[in-house]
Amino acid sequence: MLQYISRRVLIMIPTLFVISLLSFGIIQLPPGDYLTFYVAELAAQGEEISQERLAQLERQYGLGRPWYVQYFLWISNILTEGDFGRSFTWSKPVNELIWDRLGFTMLITTLTVIFVWIVALFIGKFAATHQYSLGDYFTTFIGFIGLAVPNFLLALVLLYYALILFDLSPAGLFSPEYQDAPWTWGKWKDFLAHLWIPIVILGTAGTAGGIRIMRANLLDELHKPYVTTARAKGVKESALIWRYPVRVALNPFISTIGWTLPELVSGSIIVSVVLNLPTTGPLLLGSLMQQDMFLAGAFIMLISVLTVIGTLISDILLAWLDPRIRVT
Amino acid sequence: MTIQTRQAMEPLPAAPEDADIRQAENRLQVANQWQLMWWRFRKHRVAMVATVITILIYLVVIFAEFLASVPRDHYAADYTFAPPQRVRFIHVDETGNRSFLPHVLGYTVEIEPQALRRVFVSNEEDVIPLGLFVKGLEPYKILGFIPADRHLAGPRDPTKPFYLLGADRLGQDLFSRLIHGTRVSMTIGLLGVIASLVLGIVLGGVSGYFGGLVDNIIQRSIEFIRSIPSIPLWMGLSAALPDDWDAIQRYFAITVILSIVGWTGLARVVRGKFLSLREEDFITSARLDGVPEKGLIFRYMLPSFTSHIIASVTLSIPGMIIAETSLSFLGLGLRPPVVSWGVLLRDAQKVQTLANAPWLLMAAVPVIVAVLALNYVGDGLRDAMDPYGR
Repeated sequence: MLQYISRRVLIMIPTLFVISLLSFGIIQLPPGDYLTFYVAELAAQGEEISQERLAQLERQYGLGRPWYVQYFLWISNILTEGDFGRSFTWSKPVNELIWDRLGFTMLITTLTVIFVWIVALFIGKFAATHQYSLGDYFTTFIGFIGLAVPNFLLALVLLYYALILFDLSPAGLFSPEYQDAPWTWGKWKDFLAHLWIPIVILGTAGTAGGIRIMRANLLDELHKPYVTTARAKGVKESALIWRYPVRVALNPFISTIGWTLPELVSGSIIVSVVLNLPTTGPLLLGSLMQQDMFLAGAFIMLISVLTVIGTLISDILLAWLDPRIRVT
Repeated sequence: MTIQTRQAMEPLPAAPEDADIRQAENRLQVANQWQLMWWRFRKHRVAMVATVITILIYLVVIFAEFLASVPRDHYAADYTFAPPQRVRFIHVDETGNRSFLPHVLGYTVEIEPQALRRVFVSNEEDVIPLGLFVKGLEPYKILGFIPADRHLAGPRDPTKPFYLLGADRLGQDLFSRLIHGTRVSMTIGLLGVIASLVLGIVLGGVSGYFGGLVDNIIQRSIEFIRSIPSIPLWMGLSAALPDDWDAIQRYFAITVILSIVGWTGLARVVRGKFLSLREEDFITSARLDGVPEKGLIFRYMLPSFTSHIIASVTLSIPGMIIAETSLSFLGLGLRPPVVSWGVLLRDAQKVQTLANAPWLLMAAVPVIVAVLALNYVGDGLRDAMDPYGR
């Protein structure tokens, strides 16, 4: 197991390296460089930058030197000091802006994965054991809708009906009165009352896929001899299903997280723009619109890195569940 | 169509005679791969319906100018956020005579006293008769070269308001714009998939055919691309497109950006097929026969999994459509004056706007219909191709 984990972690290193190159490439894509923006920003505030400061910044970011030098300086600033550069639109170090947002993004995607798993497991099991029943057809239908409707549309429709029918706006993660309040019991309740909306919306597509996989896997298992044997021995039906075929059907189901997670993170960006959540989505969009590239690059890099780490965790989880994976 | 399907499904009558059976068996034996597939595909009812819908959608793409009742950029400031009109078929004139006359009612504008908002009320007096093949506002060219000035349906007097699905912020007809948007959204899906396909076949083919180090590098790249979330990547790349690019350049740039991620899935399919085909007897015998590498690939291997590629392609178009819609919805994809479903949905982004003009959300309907239809067609194709299927 330890060997498996260390091998997977080693494989991850080149991936992380390419991710950082890619993010740096995106930072470099628009015309103009950091310093021009910074000087312009200061000039707009009526300040002038001293020659020494200018020279120091030039050294710090390696401006005017080849791109690989700039890349090296950029990445070593991040690795050694956690310095991601400066955001022009916010006039703040990128550092101060991203961590809260990333935290909420992580929280929401993690909870969504758990939600998707639980719902897909139970409904998939139901659909398989009640094959061709009304409930089975219903869940298949819902599943297809979930796959076909982009989740930002779902978010829009939900916002619209919440406004029309209940005259409330479920956007955001907090009600206005709790926005800047300290964490009290009331704020927690308010937070939880808002939290389930993005989770359900984000979870639809994944749940739909999960149900299909779970149903198909379980159907393959249900008619195998070992199930019949257990049944013949008088094991109670519900205990039987949960104890044997479900456990076997679970493995391919869990392995889907490898591709569910990138999709969820992608989806969460658009959904949080629509729902105006305090996650990475709106800020990333804003920074790209304003060509605030250090902020955008930091987001793109960290989101990708976290996704890769999440996938790694799920792979390790899978290896722990299924010994066959560890060995090969 | 149903009758045809039935006949095809039951080549044997209820009390079959020997000759009939032999004929049917013969038919199965001499049929080529594509015929067999077509017969099997026809049995898949939902897939057939979806195919018809898909063909209809692409007909809309071709004849957009004819089907829409107004040109793409036509706007009317008087009809900002005008609600949808209901088409009525029976007209009752002042004397109480009923006659068949498809028409819509014009609007009168009232100012709501409290909110000081403009409210459109349909005006019973203002009858706008509709017709088929009516003259439009300005001449256009079908397929870019056949001059025409008629539209499938519209008001007989082209200057009268006709808003089947309501109007947007600029008083543009949402229905017409959806039709114009179909062209962009559906073709960008298709073009993006074609670009991905070229990349996928070349890289997947190289990977599967040569194996070894090349295979390893390409496979690692595929894993890498698939492991990072696509939307942030797409957003970053499309935000970097220069602002002074015109609509056409932007359109192609977005297509390329979408296929940067899109090729990976197809490359995997192609590679898998190459790997398994390489070991097949007929390839070995062709090689022993002295067929050169190129001939092996293009004359023997590619044709044997064309059908598989077609199914994968069909199944990846919806993803492209959703991706374009998402990007344009965020404002990073296509931009006005280009009209796509995503561009139209962008108007619906603010919930305050939606509360006043819920019909803007109708732009979501073609997205969902197209995505579902293409998914079912792809599913049907995949089932039809499987020689071991039921």
